[in-house]
Amino acid sequence: MGKKSHSLHYHLMLAPGMAFIIVFGIVPLFGIAIAFQDFIPVKGITGSRWVGFDNFVYMFQLDDSKRILFNTLYISILKMIMQIIVPVGTALLLHELVFPRMKKWFQTIIYLPHFLSWVILAGILTDMLSAQGLVNKVVQALFGETVFFLGSNFWFPIVVVLSDVWKEFGFNAIIFLAALTAINPSLYEAAEIDGAGRLRKMWSVTLPGIMPTIVLVTTLNIGQVLNAGFDQIYNLYNPLVYQSGDIIDTYVYRIGLVQYQFGLATAVGSLKSLVGFILIFISYRLAAKYANYRIF
Amino acid sequence: MLLSAKRRIKPTDIVLLLAMLAITLLCLLPLVYIVSLSLSGKSAAAAGLVTLFPVDFTFYSYQYMLSDHRFFEAFGVSVERVVIGGIINFALTILMAFPLAKERSEFKSRNVYVWIIIFTMMFNGGLIPWYMVVKNLHLIDTIWALTLPGAVPVFNVILLMNFFRNQPKEISEAAVVDGAGPWRMLVSVAAPLALPAIATVTLFSIVNHWNAFFDGMILMNKQSNIPLQTYIQQLVVQPVISSTTRAEDLINFSQRTFNAAKIVVTMVPILVIYPFLQKYFVTGITLGSVKE
Repeated sequence: MGKKSHSLHYHLMLAPGMAFIIVFGIVPLFGIAIAFQDFIPVKGITGSRWVGFDNFVYMFQLDDSKRILFNTLYISILKMIMQIIVPVGTALLLHELVFPRMKKWFQTIIYLPHFLSWVILAGILTDMLSAQGLVNKVVQALFGETVFFLGSNFWFPIVVVLSDVWKEFGFNAIIFLAALTAINPSLYEAAEIDGAGRLRKMWSVTLPGIMPTIVLVTTLNIGQVLNAGFDQIYNLYNPLVYQSGDIIDTYVYRIGLVQYQFGLATAVGSLKSLVGFILIFISYRLAAKYANYRIF
Repeated sequence: MLLSAKRRIKPTDIVLLLAMLAITLLCLLPLVYIVSLSLSGKSAAAAGLVTLFPVDFTFYSYQYMLSDHRFFEAFGVSVERVVIGGIINFALTILMAFPLAKERSEFKSRNVYVWIIIFTMMFNGGLIPWYMVVKNLHLIDTIWALTLPGAVPVFNVILLMNFFRNQPKEISEAAVVDGAGPWRMLVSVAAPLALPAIATVTLFSIVNHWNAFFDGMILMNKQSNIPLQTYIQQLVVQPVISSTTRAEDLINFSQRTFNAAKIVVTMVPILVIYPFLQKYFVTGITLGSVKE
């Protein structure tokens, strides 16, 4: 059987896609030079003055830097914790349900918010959390006064985390549910024979059974810790809550495209990307080593 | 599911059911609310009387929306980007995933390509350089600015690549015996077999196009060129951000019902296709996650 090499055809198939990847993925990398320049758009990269690491030094000295880093990590980590607890709890709940047809309906509905954009959700949320909104009606009935949720530095991160959980818990719950159904049923039967009640079975069979999945999901999330949710926060925040709600990405956007400090914006953005890259790399290596999870 | 058919229903089962019901209703609550708001009378809404059900039921907000030609302009732009972008994503995802699924023995440069695209997925120069590339290509204010930068959905390519890899070798070997070249193999053998996976990733890319607002915001200068989500963002969300003069309310109350109607209409396409394609949406989650 003649083994003709099809490589040429494979290269041809990849060509159009690679062209786009090179243009929009590789070429912008050269733009990182802006981070080392006192960049003026009219002069372009070739005409702007080189300032070495000045932009980076300036970045480390800014008070803003500590604030946005703290906010990013605070919101990200809170989200990660809640995005394990709530979906796992929901998955366990769904798993214990004995009504198969309702199970399917529940899954369908909780999964829906994942597909709505943050623009839409922010529009709804800002209305619901307004002084006359639904939430404040309840709050007023219970406590007598209204809370300015989206204007308070205390409440804003909480709103961000909770609304993100609301949006994404269905998606994650289904992943955990898939892991739950993969647990060997004979383990449950053995536990039943040994006299285990519902809770004991959950503690000794179910949780250990999905622990690998939980660990895997958490590990993969490590690489995303610097992405606290630009789309969401950009649509929900306002100057009143910059103190607690400004994250790296929103900050880069403002100083770059609104204040035109291109050099600084590129410096911050590139550094974030670099750290993120290292974290993703580490997390994938960990996942591959301990959970045999390979993305390619 | 090893559930014996005649298991007796215990009280805890009912409690669990109610708990799940509560959670599900919580998911629907904001959606029900916005629909009710859109169907309510203007003054009742401004006065804050609307809770879960419409007050002063009226279709007026939707009628008013019909006269807003900018809404429909933006809607059209979004439809355009979904169609064009969807087709581009569909074609490029398949074209790239197929050769990358080949082993090194069949395709020597495979690893090089994979490393390159993974690298671009994980590391980039940030917003400014990307914006400048798009600008220098003169794509600003064209539909191509919305469809070309995201032409290759790298994550989907990897998902589909793994799917192709898991396809049974016997079928492709039989096709080779029948004299199929690589293009024939792709079009007549591999792709048809992978149709569910392809449908799923295409669906996800379509939803992403529909929901995208940021690229429309920074890459389009003319108001007639912005997609729907960007339009909603400017109309509904932006005023909240910029009008922080009065601390108590950030909302233009007289516009409440009109905004609600536009939000509902923007949600409708997703809500409509969702029940029909639910199977594909759910497959999408596990396509790339739980691995053995």
